[in-house]
Amino acid sequence: MAVPARLRWRCRRGLLELDLILEGFLEDGWERLDEAGRAGFERLLQQPDQELQGWLLGRTQPLDPGLARTVARIRGE
Amino acid sequence: MALPRRRFDTLIIGAGGAGLNAALQLADSGARVAVVSKVFPTRSHTVAAQGGVNAALGNKLPDDWHWHMFDTVKGGDYLGDQDAIEFMCREAVPTVYELEHHGVPFSRFADGRIYQRPFGGMTRDFGGEQATRTCAAADRTGHAILHTLYQQNLRARTHFFDEYWAVDLLRDEEGVALGALVLCIETGEPLLVEARTTLVATGGCGQLFRTTTNAHINTGDGMAMCLRAGIPIQDLEFFQFHPTGIAGKGMLITEGARGEGGYLENKDGERLMARYAPHAKDLASRDVVSRAIAVEVREGRGCGPDGDHVLLRLDHLGERVVAERLPGIRDLCRTFLHLDPARDPIPVFPTAHYAMGGIPTDRFGRVVAPARHGPEEVVPGLYAAGECACVSVHGANRLGGNSLLDILVFGRAAGRDILAFLEANPHHRPTEEAAVERAMARLERWERKGEGESPQALRDELQRLMEDHCGVFRDRATMAEGLQRLEALRARIAEARLQDHSRVFNTARIEALELENLADLALAMVTCAHAREESRGAHSRVDFPERDDRNWMKHSLFFLEGARVDYKPVRTRPLTVESFPPKKRVY
Ligand SMILES: Cc1cc2nc3c(=O)[nH]c(=O)nc-3n(C[C@H](O)[C@H](O)[C@H](O)COP(=O)(O)OP(=O)(O)OC[C@H]3O[C@@H](n4cnc5c(N)ncnc54)[C@H](O)[C@@H]3O)c2cc1C
Repeated sequence: MAVPARLRWRCRRGLLELDLILEGFLEDGWERLDEAGRAGFERLLQQPDQELQGWLLGRTQPLDPGLARTVARIRGE
Repeated sequence: MALPRRRFDTLIIGAGGAGLNAALQLADSGARVAVVSKVFPTRSHTVAAQGGVNAALGNKLPDDWHWHMFDTVKGGDYLGDQDAIEFMCREAVPTVYELEHHGVPFSRFADGRIYQRPFGGMTRDFGGEQATRTCAAADRTGHAILHTLYQQNLRARTHFFDEYWAVDLLRDEEGVALGALVLCIETGEPLLVEARTTLVATGGCGQLFRTTTNAHINTGDGMAMCLRAGIPIQDLEFFQFHPTGIAGKGMLITEGARGEGGYLENKDGERLMARYAPHAKDLASRDVVSRAIAVEVREGRGCGPDGDHVLLRLDHLGERVVAERLPGIRDLCRTFLHLDPARDPIPVFPTAHYAMGGIPTDRFGRVVAPARHGPEEVVPGLYAAGECACVSVHGANRLGGNSLLDILVFGRAAGRDILAFLEANPHHRPTEEAAVERAMARLERWERKGEGESPQALRDELQRLMEDHCGVFRDRATMAEGLQRLEALRARIAEARLQDHSRVFNTARIEALELENLADLALAMVTCAHAREESRGAHSRVDFPERDDRNWMKHSLFFLEGARVDYKPVRTRPLTVESFPPKKRVY
């Protein structure tokens, strides 16, 4: 299944770091997500940029276990 | 098919700090305001600003807006307009208190007053000791400001068009602004937003360069819209670079890394800064370090398979120093380079950071352009504020913490002037159908089918061209060649084709439209940089290393029609205080 067009646009963020990480993941990792993983990714995209930055650079951890799984997936952990 | 239309008193294009502060002034006064933003408002680039916002509150040490004004005039290498700078530095104080009142969670000193930190270029007593002037909300000042302003606008019932992309401004025969044609990104359908006043607040254009700190949304759309609407762009040759961006990616490695003892090395293992700044070495000023890196790469001493960067070494500092004092850099390197700076060198290259130039405005946020009666005639109903505007407070070089200030002060000023304009002009003017058709033609151009190069590949090429021909290394031959290549590239862009003509969330289509904007701005930048035969602030010419006040203390104005450059004088007279005459800028 191709990446939904909506996600491509929503990976455009206010911080360059996030653009690179999220767009990179769309190219390389999204297809391998199962349904729950995809839902988790959509939910992650709804979080504020500052929060995402802390998580995706590995400085902080999301409290929500679902989000934490998605973050770990993107970070290749 | 009839185009759907919506009517508002004011259309604001851009939901960063500038757009939202203007919107709030208006909505709180009962005006009907629409804010259009290509991404959700709180994902605007303002969220990236971590350092803070300058205001002479004097909460830690005695301070004075007049000192702040001196620093800004000097920092801008005497190209800034001193009336606007005085206005900004005075207004800084009530602007920050107003934000506090709106609920921005500023950090606090123990006595409860707003926390302020020292920042480069800020002094006391007209160039004396370091000042402590930068107000901060921890390391997330931009985020805090943006979220607060967004919440306040929701309360004030500002109407948001989220994920709408502005295509072009509409003006009537007399030049009056009438609103804009916008595109709903979700449906791909156009919408006409008619308004008695229009504010452009679309932010910067760092995406002109391959290596930039700016997010992908910073494509200078508003500036390019103005160019197409016949309005010139001012001083675009002045673009601030930061010497150490992660090569090929752009994110900043802060000065702190070199402050802690990090140094730069070329492919021969030489400490290269010894050659360019024998005393200050790696701690020389930003422009000196940036140029040194560019020269090393040009002369074949760059590192990596393409020889396109140099190395920043921190590995001699030891594990402890890197872990304790530079943890942010370590996170960045691990995530993006899969290396540990405590062990491996970091590939770096100068990264494009901030546009000093933009849409020419006066200190009320009104767009001004040359016309019958002089170089600064007001374009009725059209306003600009924020990084896309050039009022000009940063002159040839912006100081840290002055950009958030600029967007807030002039966003607010524009909001107030718009209210006065609305009162004096209570009726909507008829929409000029020819202007609508021109804007629609721009959209329809991308419907063409058939063979053609992809906009994405052309964007990469454009960014590369700008880095090579109008980056930190500038001389006549390099830029003349850049202009020629740019002309050829622009011709190819005009023939490019989209492969995907779908409507819903078609990111490729938006990127194609953004590419056209970037191509126009690239032409403006290279043309003005090529013409300006001096070095001033961020514009440094290898072949004209000195500032030349006699011939060049003037603003450039680039017009798209005929790719023409004109000039206008710098406003050297402040509002109430004495002028600061140009002096050599030494620190
Ligand atoms: C990494 C980094 C750190 C920084 N740190 C600081 C700092 O500490 N202090 C400081 O003073 N400055 C700092 N700056 C600079 C400062 O953040 C920006 O100059 C400032 O935030 C720009 O604000 P703005 O309101 O003009 O535009 P932005 O915040 O960029 O907002 C632009 C808006 O326009 C919208 N838009 C653009 N084009 C279109 C279109 N075609 N259609 C519809 N909407 C559109 C976007 O969606 C967005 O809402 C930093 C910059 C960077 C890159």
